Amino acid sequence: MDDIQLLANIESYLAGEMSPTEVAVFEALRKKTPEIDQMVVEHKLFQHQIEDYAATQNIKHTLHEVHAKLLENGDVNEGGELSSKAQVVQLWNRYKRVTAIAASVGGIIALVISGLVAYFSPVVNGNQIQQLSKDIEIIKRNQQYQGSLINEVKSKIPNGVTVISGGSGFLIDAKGFIITNAHVLKGTAAVVVDSKGKEYTASIVHIDTKKDLAILKINDEDFTPLKSLPYSIGKSNADLGDEIFTLGYPRNDIVYGVGYLASKTGFNGDSLSYQIQISANPGNSGGPVLNNNGEVIGVLSTRQAQADGVAFAVKSKNIYECVNEAKEANADLENIKIPGHSSMKGTSRKLQISKVADCVFNVKAFSKK
Amino acid sequence: MKSEQNEQALLKGLASNDSRAIETIYKDNFSMVQAFVLNNNGSYDDARDVFQEAMIALYEKAQSESFVLTCQIKTYVYSICRRLWLKKLQQLGRFSNQVDNLDETIPVEEDMEIHEKRNAEFAIMDRAMKSLGEPCKSLLEGYYLKKMGMQELAAEFGYTNADNAKNQKYKCLMRLKKLFFSQYNIGD
Repeated sequence: MDDIQLLANIESYLAGEMSPTEVAVFEALRKKTPEIDQMVVEHKLFQHQIEDYAATQNIKHTLHEVHAKLLENGDVNEGGELSSKAQVVQLWNRYKRVTAIAASVGGIIALVISGLVAYFSPVVNGNQIQQLSKDIEIIKRNQQYQGSLINEVKSKIPNGVTVISGGSGFLIDAKGFIITNAHVLKGTAAVVVDSKGKEYTASIVHIDTKKDLAILKINDEDFTPLKSLPYSIGKSNADLGDEIFTLGYPRNDIVYGVGYLASKTGFNGDSLSYQIQISANPGNSGGPVLNNNGEVIGVLSTRQAQADGVAFAVKSKNIYECVNEAKEANADLENIKIPGHSSMKGTSRKLQISKVADCVFNVKAFSKK
Repeated sequence: MKSEQNEQALLKGLASNDSRAIETIYKDNFSMVQAFVLNNNGSYDDARDVFQEAMIALYEKAQSESFVLTCQIKTYVYSICRRLWLKKLQQLGRFSNQVDNLDETIPVEEDMEIHEKRNAEFAIMDRAMKSLGEPCKSLLEGYYLKKMGMQELAAEFGYTNADNAKNQKYKCLMRLKKLFFSQYNIGD
């Protein structure tokens, strides 16, 4: 029996088209040959599968037809005649979540970028120049340090006041007149400390914020006026490349710094000051800038925040102008005499420093309550 | 009571692939499903596919002898559609923000499993049929889908007599069986 004949027999057997005698013969054959038995079972399953397949195909076909018919009759609407507005609404409904996510991601990125730009871009003018007065924290710390170091010396800063700012200052008259920067004196009174750590009370006699200069007077009975000042205050402009040095109080001990005159104008072409190349720190403000001849050429005042070692000094001739203004405003200051002659010309730097150090003071400004 | 009888009649009509019954069920339920799909991130095409698949599931259920529908056709169709569409959304990675739980639904997980199994079987048979080639494909389709007699088939395909056509049909059927069983494992 060939395969096709067998398949035909199985089909007619499964369909129940065989006569009873044929069925009996075929069932005997099934029992005898397991392969044929297996084929019958397999074919039954296959027939079931193909019938299911046919039924599903047919129902699908009917569904498509019905759908098309209903669509034609208008019983079902698929948006063909919907206005474009409705389509927009539909699109919006579908994608609003995605849109919202995209929009918030965009927003966050914009914020982050603007933040980064603001963080990394060069700081505007206001911060390009840094005043070299010390801030309160540093002063406070220094005071504690000083207190523990020399506790036998009682501070002359009155109890219950806060030190607001600090810097350096130097004598312009041996009787006890000190010049410093106006921005150093943020308070109403000051205490000055000499290089040996001795404190004197001082009063503010004149402030010129335009030139950033201020005059203090030591009015302390402990103060013994010097015979004369070792340096002179220069009246003329210094030359480019002049070797300069400064003494100041970026910390509680006096600090020496050396550099050169870099430009005859200051920040942004400011003709009131020089640009100098020197290592300056908060606390150096108000310190003298001297040349090799022991002549004060300026008052160290600010530095450029973004550049290393670039500092600015108020030209020394402004000291004369400042003093003259002070004299006009206050007759008591008539006796200020600015030294015009340096006794340090040709002496060694060490000697110059030791002489100048006696005239440079640590200025601490505070407000009386 | 009347509507219940009416629904039974409709289901019988569906089971026998009666286009009028199908039309009635279609009209009564399609717009509801369409609204649901459209409101939940779907398109008109999605709505049609989901609804037709639900109809097939209902058809399969109506065909079985042990068939009892314990709820309204509307509820059943909606439950199936809802299930199908949420699953589709999950596969697409789209999510619906307002799936309203106000409508009545019934658990259809078991029916869904049966339906998915039949879907898989359908796909195997479909692939087998498509790789069969002509004239076998048309011959078998004529016999099984269009339910044509051997005489008719012989005339349509140009065989000299019904026996020749039958012989050819058996040959084709053997090839189809081979193709089908190469993918369909009886042991499973």
